[in-house]
Amino acid sequence: MDPIIILQAGVASGTVLLFATIGELFAERSGVMNLGVEGMMLIGAMSAFSVAIATSNPWLGVLVAMLVAGLLSQVHAVITIQFQADQVVSGLALTFLGTGLSLVFGEGLSAAGAVSLLPSYTIPGLSVLPILGPILFTNQNILVYLGFLTIPLTWYYINRTRQGMHLRAVGEFPAAADALGINVARLRYIYVFVGGLFAGLSGAAISLAISPGWFSQLTTSGQGWIAIGLVIFAQWNPIRAAVGSYAFGALRRLIFDIQGPTKILGLRNPFFYNSYLGFFLQMLPFAFTIIVLVIGSREAMRKRIGAPAALGLPYIRGERGL
Amino acid sequence: MDQSKWLGLAVSTGAVVVALILGGVILFLVGGNPVRTYIFMAKASFGSLGVLSDTLTKATPLILTGLACAIAFRMRLWNIGAEGQFFLGAFGASAVVLTPLLGADTSPWIMLPAMMLAGALAGALWGFIPGYLKARFDVNEIISSLMMNYIAIAWNNFFIFAVWSEGGFQMSPQFPRSAWLPRLTNYSQSAPILQGLTTHMGLIIGLVAAVIIWWIVFRSRWGYEIRLIGDNPRAARYAGINIARNTILVMMLSGALAGLAGMSEISGVVHRLQGSISPGYGFTGIIIAWLAKLNPLIIIPVSILFGALILAGREIQPSGIPTLLQGIILVSLIASDFLLRYKIRFTKRTQEA
Repeated sequence: MDPIIILQAGVASGTVLLFATIGELFAERSGVMNLGVEGMMLIGAMSAFSVAIATSNPWLGVLVAMLVAGLLSQVHAVITIQFQADQVVSGLALTFLGTGLSLVFGEGLSAAGAVSLLPSYTIPGLSVLPILGPILFTNQNILVYLGFLTIPLTWYYINRTRQGMHLRAVGEFPAAADALGINVARLRYIYVFVGGLFAGLSGAAISLAISPGWFSQLTTSGQGWIAIGLVIFAQWNPIRAAVGSYAFGALRRLIFDIQGPTKILGLRNPFFYNSYLGFFLQMLPFAFTIIVLVIGSREAMRKRIGAPAALGLPYIRGERGL
Repeated sequence: MDQSKWLGLAVSTGAVVVALILGGVILFLVGGNPVRTYIFMAKASFGSLGVLSDTLTKATPLILTGLACAIAFRMRLWNIGAEGQFFLGAFGASAVVLTPLLGADTSPWIMLPAMMLAGALAGALWGFIPGYLKARFDVNEIISSLMMNYIAIAWNNFFIFAVWSEGGFQMSPQFPRSAWLPRLTNYSQSAPILQGLTTHMGLIIGLVAAVIIWWIVFRSRWGYEIRLIGDNPRAARYAGINIARNTILVMMLSGALAGLAGMSEISGVVHRLQGSISPGYGFTGIIIAWLAKLNPLIIIPVSILFGALILAGREIQPSGIPTLLQGIILVSLIASDFLLRYKIRFTKRTQEA
């Protein structure tokens, strides 16, 4: 149980959560909550895997996964933006729809044989750094590096560009944005789509890179929901979202590895001798998500910061309110 | 029934029909024969007295989880945790039999109410946690109640694998007869037509619960508070209604109903605690509640429809078809609500003109 290896694998596993969390962050920043992340990730994982099998080209798999999940996200966009229906129910419906489609079209995929996966690299120069080198830059999947780039780019885009300002305006005060000539509905469609693209990428990262294969619902096993929780914990800030994602990735990995050795810190390892205790370890990511939500909510109450003001509300031109 | 109610019913029915057509297109795309599949499904769920009874058996937990979701959704509390509350209810009822708190020779008249109580309490506890966190810390109940589902399943698995495992198998020993809810087939001696029918007492529990919840929502003061909070929380607060307390109470009632569903399923059908006791009853409850427009009495026929879908769905390939149909039904349902609203706006505008 080498801590370096746990953290290295944790960063890889956290990359899946990172993409999903960043995607949901974009959608929510524009004022649309999409609870369909789990469904979009599943359909992404399934399409990526099946395209990679059919064409032996994993990159094509990633591309198709993103587009299919993006397309699915537009069902939510039409229902919530055009029809102004309740975002909670529509998001849940999207999860059912995505899960159902993935199961139907993924039938028999789990029996599929070898598939060409996305490559892993060691970054010359950076990998010799003490501690950080082996954790972040040694033999990591290319999507992990893409994840590293996504974090500062997302922060910069949201906080420092004109488009990012429009995005925030639409989520905080759509009526004012509208008055300034920003097309509220169009921007919301776009960012719900962006959320879908990222969820698809996240799914592809599972099935073609981090834990390859198709295991029906177990492929994502609730990570889409954890991602939604992380957005709240992150207070809609991409840097905090990244910290949360990697921390959860490391936790997932620790749970896996802690059952291996006979002794921990010189003491008898109860998880090795009683494998049933593993069921309590399985609860940890979900229990931690709840704890993290409590911490995040208390902090938000104290600092009086919170969700984008128009989150969850349809924008109807000419009506009072936001 | 006024005109708008009829219109709502027609639109809901239309949404289901559209969903079946869309599902048929997808079935066709993956190489199936939609017409034959649907005919098969109808026969497999309503074709004879035997399968009709099986359909009612499947509808039983759905009525209870549908009610669990409906009462919470009335207050715009998004309890997505009925699945976990179902599992905890099954656990609580099993604990009475397997710990054992009551011996195998206990009279069913004591055993079954004790199991119902334990199941409802365990479910209520599972609903209390997200309810309390919502009331006290403003924690999003969608995420917390959903997370509780995964915790509940791991919790049950621990007991199935480690504590109550029968000879190393992943299931508990079978319950004694005193812990079985009576089934119709039990009475086949006096009425031979009941031979082999699986419908059990849980259906009565579900029907009674539906009437009670209907009464609470539409006829009691508490139900009025719940509806007011759901429709207009600000007005409710000005009226002096304690929202925090109602949040916790409604989540507990919701959890108790889902817990009863779990109790009824293991005591009436499975007769032991094991892993695969639910094909997603808690999640289907969400769709049922919505399709029934949160009306406790309409939940009964809608549950029978979905019971049929789950029953027949077990035998058709690909196995994801029932989940997919549920998803499409919910999507077309929400989309169709738009039609209703559009219609209302349209009339309003012509009146103004």
